[in-house]
Amino acid sequence: MTDAAISPTAARAATLRASVEARLKARHAQERRFKFYGQLAIVVALSFLALLMVRIVAQGYSTFVDYRITAQVFIDPARVSASDIGGANFDMLVANAILAKVGERDDDLGEASSKVMELISNDLGFQLMAKVRADPTLIGKTISVTGPMRADAALYYKGELKRALAEEDRKLDNRQLDWLDKLKSSGAIVTSFNTGFFTRSDSTEPEQAGVLGAVVGSTMMLIVTALLAVPIGVMAAVYLEEFAPKNRWTDMIEVNINNLAAVPSIVYGLLGLAVFINWLAAPRSSPLVGGLVLALMALPTVIIATRSALKAVPPSIREAALGVGASKTQTVFHHVLPLAMPGVMTGAILSMAHALGETAPLLMIGMVSFVPGVPEGFTQAATVLPVQVFIWENASERAFHERTAAAIMVLLAFMILMNLAAIILRRRFERRW
Amino acid sequence: MLTWIALAALIAFSLFTFRSGRERLVRGLDPAQGRPHSRPGYHGAYVALWAFAPAALLLIVAGAFGGRIEAAMLRAEVPAAVAALDPLQQGVFFDDARAQAHGLPLSQTVYEGGLKAALADKAVEARTLEQGMRLGVLALAALMAGGGFALARRRVAHQFRARNRVEGWIAGVLILSSVVAVLTTVGIIASLAWESWRFFQVVSPIHFLFGREWDPQIAMRADQFASEGAFGALPLFAGTFLIMLIAMAVAAPVGLFAAIYLSEYARPLTRSVVKPLLEILAGVPTVVYGFFAALTVGPLFRAGFNALGAQLAGGPLNDLGVYLMQVQNQMALVAGGVMGIMLIPFVCSLSDDIINAVPQHLRDGSLAMGATRSETIKKVVLPAALPGVVAAMLLAVSRAVGETMIVTMAAGLQAKTTLNPLDTVTTVTVQIVTLLTGDQEFDSPKTLSAFGLGLTLFVVTLALNIIALRIVQKYREQYD
Repeated sequence: MTDAAISPTAARAATLRASVEARLKARHAQERRFKFYGQLAIVVALSFLALLMVRIVAQGYSTFVDYRITAQVFIDPARVSASDIGGANFDMLVANAILAKVGERDDDLGEASSKVMELISNDLGFQLMAKVRADPTLIGKTISVTGPMRADAALYYKGELKRALAEEDRKLDNRQLDWLDKLKSSGAIVTSFNTGFFTRSDSTEPEQAGVLGAVVGSTMMLIVTALLAVPIGVMAAVYLEEFAPKNRWTDMIEVNINNLAAVPSIVYGLLGLAVFINWLAAPRSSPLVGGLVLALMALPTVIIATRSALKAVPPSIREAALGVGASKTQTVFHHVLPLAMPGVMTGAILSMAHALGETAPLLMIGMVSFVPGVPEGFTQAATVLPVQVFIWENASERAFHERTAAAIMVLLAFMILMNLAAIILRRRFERRW
Repeated sequence: MLTWIALAALIAFSLFTFRSGRERLVRGLDPAQGRPHSRPGYHGAYVALWAFAPAALLLIVAGAFGGRIEAAMLRAEVPAAVAALDPLQQGVFFDDARAQAHGLPLSQTVYEGGLKAALADKAVEARTLEQGMRLGVLALAALMAGGGFALARRRVAHQFRARNRVEGWIAGVLILSSVVAVLTTVGIIASLAWESWRFFQVVSPIHFLFGREWDPQIAMRADQFASEGAFGALPLFAGTFLIMLIAMAVAAPVGLFAAIYLSEYARPLTRSVVKPLLEILAGVPTVVYGFFAALTVGPLFRAGFNALGAQLAGGPLNDLGVYLMQVQNQMALVAGGVMGIMLIPFVCSLSDDIINAVPQHLRDGSLAMGATRSETIKKVVLPAALPGVVAAMLLAVSRAVGETMIVTMAAGLQAKTTLNPLDTVTTVTVQIVTLLTGDQEFDSPKTLSAFGLGLTLFVVTLALNIIALRIVQKYREQYD
């Protein structure tokens, strides 16, 4: 009897255990699945980062290789007269010298020489002109010049323009490619690191385009931004955190700053256009106006970062200073602010790094124009790195695309440097109270 | 340039006045009277402030507004020949007069007869005005600096409360700085509202908000000036919405799951590696994402869909195949997808903060009852963090709506009302950029419409932010 009574309970216990175990298995499987989703999300995010970086480096690294050609050019007295050096066609002289090198002569229509000019940068012609200008006795002599190949020719050497492509689909025809092969095998072409990319400014010719003007423009603009946003932001934060009474007015300022931090950057551009350009008649596309707009944009971030740095300073510091007779202002400026400085600087550098990469508001104030030189002053037209990226990305020549990626690499290098500076600052000077 | 030199001279002068004020106190000290109320440095600073601040303010104001004042004075008297021109041409005339006076390039307008003479006259007048104003400002600034210095220096005395005065100045400057933030908001609202109001006088707001056709280029022609059909922004809102939806479809799950993993599962080592990497992703400028979208993702997706289309064409899904073979680089999916990638770190770090803010004892309670970790997260942590997560998503939506560069570079220009992610759509921000880049006269409704779009964008993002911040605030209070 007792056995029979126990066995149903035991059987029930057994089925219960079986069902619990089955459910436990399902629950654990669910747990593993859930954890896997999390891992997958991380992997997806990081692989996007990797893909982005790899693509940019893959598209841009070839910019740093420069194909340069050296030509011995005979300065033909029949074509160059000492009285009118500017009127001579030096490009033609270079083209003839190159033609001679590949064992051909120019035809009557000049078709061959113009085809050569499509391969060789007109930089060589400019160099020749400058040399002959400086020393007119060179006329009648043979001088050697070295200059870059045109971007399309360089693309062929880099293997990005392939002979396998149908002739009418590519920019260079078979004859030109034959010449390029001949020049290469004759040893007239040397490859070197493309220093020109860092020492030249924007140009309509891809092979002569560089980022110097944009780097200088970005630097000037960041100087304006930093000089305005950092002191004003820090002072505003000091007021709000240390001095301001708690009332509706300061509450409003606080809400307002939080909201400003989330206003789309393009709206700041519209503000700059309406106020600085149209109302105050400030010069369009100048580093001054760009810096002003970005300063307004960076201000809330600087304020928020400074406030949290000030909050982290323990009240005991303030009480001690006040206790030995310092005034409120002395307490803040002699003790609290210096102690908060590492945090303040970290926040400031990060917001400057953000401002460095900002593009949209600058388009609004007219910073999309072609600026061939290095900007001369804060009120002159200038271009900045992210805008240069935007302009080159829009260009139709394929050669500009690799330069876009290279400019992005320069931009990212600057941003990583600034972020590193912020991290080092934080690590070295961070204090735990 | 002159302003800068004058400012530099003023700074040098102020340094001198600082020393002078300090010296005056130190020299006049009488040991019998005990210590002075304020330390010598405060006396110096007091004097220097009075020498520097008023004059510097004058120089900066003159530098910022000088050109406008000069232009207004030049326009005070309009020559008869010029009065005959319409207002727009008059503006060009006066700009040219000033340009000629300052040796700057003139506009393309050809002036003849009376106009030419008037232009020369006005150019001379502009030059005298400019020189007069320059001299006047400089003289006034010098007077203010000298006067301020003399008056303030006389007050330096043993019992003078220089420190309190200087601290008063400092407090004033601090308050002014925090007012700048408020002024920025006022400036944004005022400029957007003012330009939009001018736009809405030409195009009715109802047509703008609910019109189904967007083609501002048509309105270039005078006879179609007020054709309201061309300024219906509904397709732009639809396009913005579609791209935002795609972006959130990428960013919300990936960002949220990444945040859950980082805060609930990941070991400290993993966290310390993954977090900085995500910060890099967050720090990448949007123009770089735009480049990535336009030159990598776009062509890749198009090639993929075209190949798929070629497979399907001729089969039972022929129509779909033919359609897929025609998709463009600028499809909404590309811009939205890349924008989603951009938003992942944003969503992740916001959600991470919020999940970390859920008190540990809630988790401990759930785990003690035998729940697995994922059950704890799904049934306890996430419901507790829900308002915060919703706020984070709203902030991400606001970012997506206001994002400009990715869509400018990777989305199209055709205004279409569609929910098809393979179609090309345009967004509010793209249109603002297209309308305002390049040379346009500033008063045409075409240009002004950009401000109408800007105002809409500002209002929408502001509303999203306010709601999100409110939710976050309320939620924080619960656990504090």
